[in-house]
Amino acid sequence: MNSLVIDIAVLVLAGFVGYTVISKVPNTLHTPLMSGTNAIHGIVVLGGLLLMAESSGVLEKVLLVIAVAFGTINVIGGFLVTDRMLGMFKSKPVVKDDPAPVPSGDES
Amino acid sequence: MSASHISQGTVFLQSTNFIDAAYIVAFSLLIYGMTGLTGPRTAVRGNKIAAVGMAVAVVATLLRQHEFSGSGTVWLILLGVVIGTAIGVPAALKVRMTAMPQMVAIFNGVGGGAVALIAWVEFRHGFVPTTHPLAPGGYPLRVEIFELFGAIVGSVSFWGSNIAFGKLQEILPGKPIKLPGQSLINLALLTVAVASAVILCAGSHSQALFILGILVAAAVLGNMVVLPIGGADMPVVISLLNACTGLSAAATGLALGNPVMIVAGMIVGASGTILTNQMATAMNRTVPSIIAGGFGGAVAAPVGGAGTEGGTVRSTSAQDVAIQLSYARLVVIAPGYGMAVAQAQHAVRELERALEAKGVEVKYAIHPVAGRMPGHMNVLLAEADVPYDLLREMDDINPEFPRTDVTLVIGANDVTNPAANTDPGSPIYGMPILEVDKSAAVVVLKRSMASGFAGIDNPLFYDPKTSLLFGDAKASVTEITAEVQAL
Repeated sequence: MNSLVIDIAVLVLAGFVGYTVISKVPNTLHTPLMSGTNAIHGIVVLGGLLLMAESSGVLEKVLLVIAVAFGTINVIGGFLVTDRMLGMFKSKPVVKDDPAPVPSGDES
Repeated sequence: MSASHISQGTVFLQSTNFIDAAYIVAFSLLIYGMTGLTGPRTAVRGNKIAAVGMAVAVVATLLRQHEFSGSGTVWLILLGVVIGTAIGVPAALKVRMTAMPQMVAIFNGVGGGAVALIAWVEFRHGFVPTTHPLAPGGYPLRVEIFELFGAIVGSVSFWGSNIAFGKLQEILPGKPIKLPGQSLINLALLTVAVASAVILCAGSHSQALFILGILVAAAVLGNMVVLPIGGADMPVVISLLNACTGLSAAATGLALGNPVMIVAGMIVGASGTILTNQMATAMNRTVPSIIAGGFGGAVAAPVGGAGTEGGTVRSTSAQDVAIQLSYARLVVIAPGYGMAVAQAQHAVRELERALEAKGVEVKYAIHPVAGRMPGHMNVLLAEADVPYDLLREMDDINPEFPRTDVTLVIGANDVTNPAANTDPGSPIYGMPILEVDKSAAVVVLKRSMASGFAGIDNPLFYDPKTSLLFGDAKASVTEITAEVQAL
């Protein structure tokens, strides 16, 4: 099979995986889900890494450094923000008679 | 001996098979991590697993042999990563939960920007039939098509996200900005971008002209598409732009023949599309109609019944509200964007505790599109330590309103507007709402009588059983809490 066909098959299957996995997410988690998937599309940073060695000329290198920086912001920022948000959701003990706020990680 | 051993090891690590295997591990981790994101208990771990998957993919890519052949390549990569880390980490750690929608928007935008830039570089040394060592005779058509798709969608996403960021950060006015013939202009821009792409693929000699045509037309298109969209439609827009960046990343993956990029990009594309549709359904609108322009532009004049009805509103005091709430059995809190703006979530949580201490049952009614991004209210309330089993989704809470004694609406407007059920002339007619008007009494906390983002009058305010408490949501809630505790 030609590699384009295989790649497109992978693409289609990944689409179904995404659809199945995500169609049952509760509203509560819509924001973390979005920011998590947001981090995942930072995968484009790989494109910047792959092309860096092939690039020639100042313009291309500058463009790629910006692309890698953008991708890194997307990946690292995305995962960190999601982690912060999810940290607030986790293991919330329902203690109604205790008015002291439960410490919630790095929040201030 | 040891030297040759190491070099054999290095060769193994750099072999295509090893890298491909690492890629498979990487996307498995990404998918497994994403499945974790579907439940509150597994989500933290899921996110971390996905991050590990991403790290594996990056390391595997860096292992490719030719990566280190170019002079200074390592340093340039490092430079990009350091810049990105220096910007991304502090931003992510410092952002307040109330500013989360714009943060997500801007992270999404830079992802799209990266796609567009990569496509541009690919184009520069691949499309013209050259003697480039890696692409003798230019790239095959498949690479060109996918890269150009990425260039268009990626830059639309970049510019669109920046505008969304500007609107959410209130650098730009949140009201729709619309030009006459907007749809025609957008169509023309899209045509220019696609036509340029086709010409490039067909092999033109004025390459530089057409790639710029694509990037500029797509950039203007990104601006033009998001500018006319009102603040209330932002959840749909952000989630749509997220899907776009995902798809453009998948396209780049196809062009570069990189399986992780294909899988990860496509999963984001698929999940973003689902989320976008869910948001649009929650507003009873179609995605195209939202893209075609927000409410505000089309319905500037107050429409039909609701506005002319314009009866008197009854304003109340914090003390009265406190008494009303304290003697209720069931109180439902319906938060909206106003709570986010006033950063009132912690104050609201305090009020909830004070009421619970008096034996009042408190629940939160969460509309799927309340706020400026999907799940916005849930994040804010989670930040304030509200247990998530108190948060009720629209379909669960609506049957409970008839037996609710007091509903406290905090900075929510359109999502509680009964005109959506009763007034066929209303622009939001048919949109599923929180049926707060069914409860015995309604208290609305509001800054002023200004209408919501959609610019639609809300008959709820004129309902005889509704009373309004004007002022900053946080100050009002704090005041009510003090009064409740004093009772």
